[in-house]
Amino acid sequence: MNRNIKRIFSGPFLAFILCGTIIPMVVIAFYGLTDRSGAFTVDNIFAIVTGDHPQALGLSLLLAFISTIICLIIAFPLGLILKDSNLGKKGFMIFVFILPMWMNFLLRTMAWQVLLERNGVINLILKSLELPLLDIINTPTAVVLGMVYDYLPFMVLPIYNAMIKIDNSLIEAAYDLGASKATVLKRIIVPLSVPGIVSGITMVFVPSLTTFAISTMLGGGKVNLIGNIIEQEFTVSSNWNLGAGLSLVMMVFIVISMIMIEKFDREGEGNML
Amino acid sequence: MKKRAVKVFALMLIFVMITGLMAGCGGSKKGSKGEVYVYCFGDYFDPDLEYEFEEQTGYDVIIDYFDTNEELFPVIKNDTAKYDVICASDYMIAKLIENDLLGEINYDNVPNAANITDNVKSFFQDFDPDMKHSVPHTWGTYGIMYNKTMVKAEDIDSWTDLWDEKYKDQIIMPDSVREMYMIAGKILGYSMNTTDENQIKEMTDLLLKQKSLVYKLANDSARDLMIGESAALAVITSGEVLYSQELNENIDFVVPKEGTEVWTDCWAITSNAANKEGAEAWINFMLDGKVAATNFEYLTYAIPNKEIADMTTADVLNPSQDILAKSETLMNLGSEADDLYSKYWKNYKAKK
Repeated sequence: MNRNIKRIFSGPFLAFILCGTIIPMVVIAFYGLTDRSGAFTVDNIFAIVTGDHPQALGLSLLLAFISTIICLIIAFPLGLILKDSNLGKKGFMIFVFILPMWMNFLLRTMAWQVLLERNGVINLILKSLELPLLDIINTPTAVVLGMVYDYLPFMVLPIYNAMIKIDNSLIEAAYDLGASKATVLKRIIVPLSVPGIVSGITMVFVPSLTTFAISTMLGGGKVNLIGNIIEQEFTVSSNWNLGAGLSLVMMVFIVISMIMIEKFDREGEGNML
Repeated sequence: MKKRAVKVFALMLIFVMITGLMAGCGGSKKGSKGEVYVYCFGDYFDPDLEYEFEEQTGYDVIIDYFDTNEELFPVIKNDTAKYDVICASDYMIAKLIENDLLGEINYDNVPNAANITDNVKSFFQDFDPDMKHSVPHTWGTYGIMYNKTMVKAEDIDSWTDLWDEKYKDQIIMPDSVREMYMIAGKILGYSMNTTDENQIKEMTDLLLKQKSLVYKLANDSARDLMIGESAALAVITSGEVLYSQELNENIDFVVPKEGTEVWTDCWAITSNAANKEGAEAWINFMLDGKVAATNFEYLTYAIPNKEIADMTTADVLNPSQDILAKSETLMNLGSEADDLYSKYWKNYKAKK
């Protein structure tokens, strides 16, 4: 009886895994491992190291890395502030961070396009104050800005969640035993925040690595990331096989980050005990 | 508390059921003659026309939208019966015909075809001779849009002007592979439909020389940047000009003397259309003079309809015969050539 109920309730989940994960993966793998005529080939996989693909991959890795570091630098102190502030304020601060996420992220990125444009809002304000104009639209800098803006909440929330779980008595005990503030941060808060930091890093790094919308909108078609190449193979070049092959390669990076999460999460739990 | 929740839930359920019932009634009345499935570029006709068509003909219209021709092709190839009538560009019409995915139009059911202007009929020779499978919706040319306060009108008459150092960071080029090679080809005297790798390579080198001058690669958004005066020059299609001039009177447009790309977007019927009569009724409706006028006012793209000839007299929409003679239409070159262009385009994108 009990088992039957379990089975019924796991139905939607199994259907989701089947339709949302397994079938698309199989289709992508099929396209990625065949050529246009349907014959088996691994050329689409190894295409990542030919032509201009390595350069695009390199740029994607670089920009994703920079965005992740910036998000971390902003989110970690914020986590500390939120942890120490009193409860009412805390809720408000989190609310402020989550609020923009209620809007579609394409719209938010488009808003940045309007803000940063040569005759955009920011430059009009700077011009009226007779300050030097900001000229970052259609450059990698604007793309990094877009990535940080869009993905920062994904860094803040896991770090914040990890930090509020830290037992304050541990910190008090450390102070009692003569630890300095720096020592408390280094030996207690940082190690105990590691699970949050790692999941934050993955949640920022992976979407930054594969994005094509942000680089199209804020890079003005001049910042060519691996995501743009894959998108182009599907929408313009009509070479689904190559696009799928390159996507399979990108999955390697996602798998690597999942392995990292797994590893650090376990260690993190261990530390908590 | 719990009881109240149940009551609220029941009320909501009743409301949903009643609205569903009402919607069902409305649908059956409107669609008494069946359904017409339309697949079209987004925002490519006045949306009110959908209801006007339904009222006039008694068909129920279901419309889906796509962004690029390349998105349309696999959808139609995988299931030709899914849509009755589609909108696509010239080269895609040719590709669809090659793959036997389009049916022939029975012109007995499309009396408004008499409204199609003669100049556009000649374009069809390149992709659908005698308009057997398709009729024109809009047409246009590519050219250079410029801002009169930033650029002297007499300085702009050639594609090579886009290579002028003094316009650094002022130029918007199309983010579209074949249009970019059209521009380079016109300068070097090569066809935009060449499949010669050496020529494509040479055109790539030429485009790379200009890349440092380009402010942005953009298609649809180029118009808005020109209206907002964030750039001085943009390669754009003629249909965007009248709209932009309404919002910014400093904007003007020229088709370069080397010639350009002429494009035609068409309505066509799929080979296995479930409702061929409905599809023909839709096409006939779109070719109606009044409908064409509504669409022209909505789109400002040139619509080749004799009934609205007096509305579309602007020079922008009517390039000279001399220019047209030097111009080309985009051809579908097959996947091998597509890969070749794609390879060099990626090279262009990657290099500084």
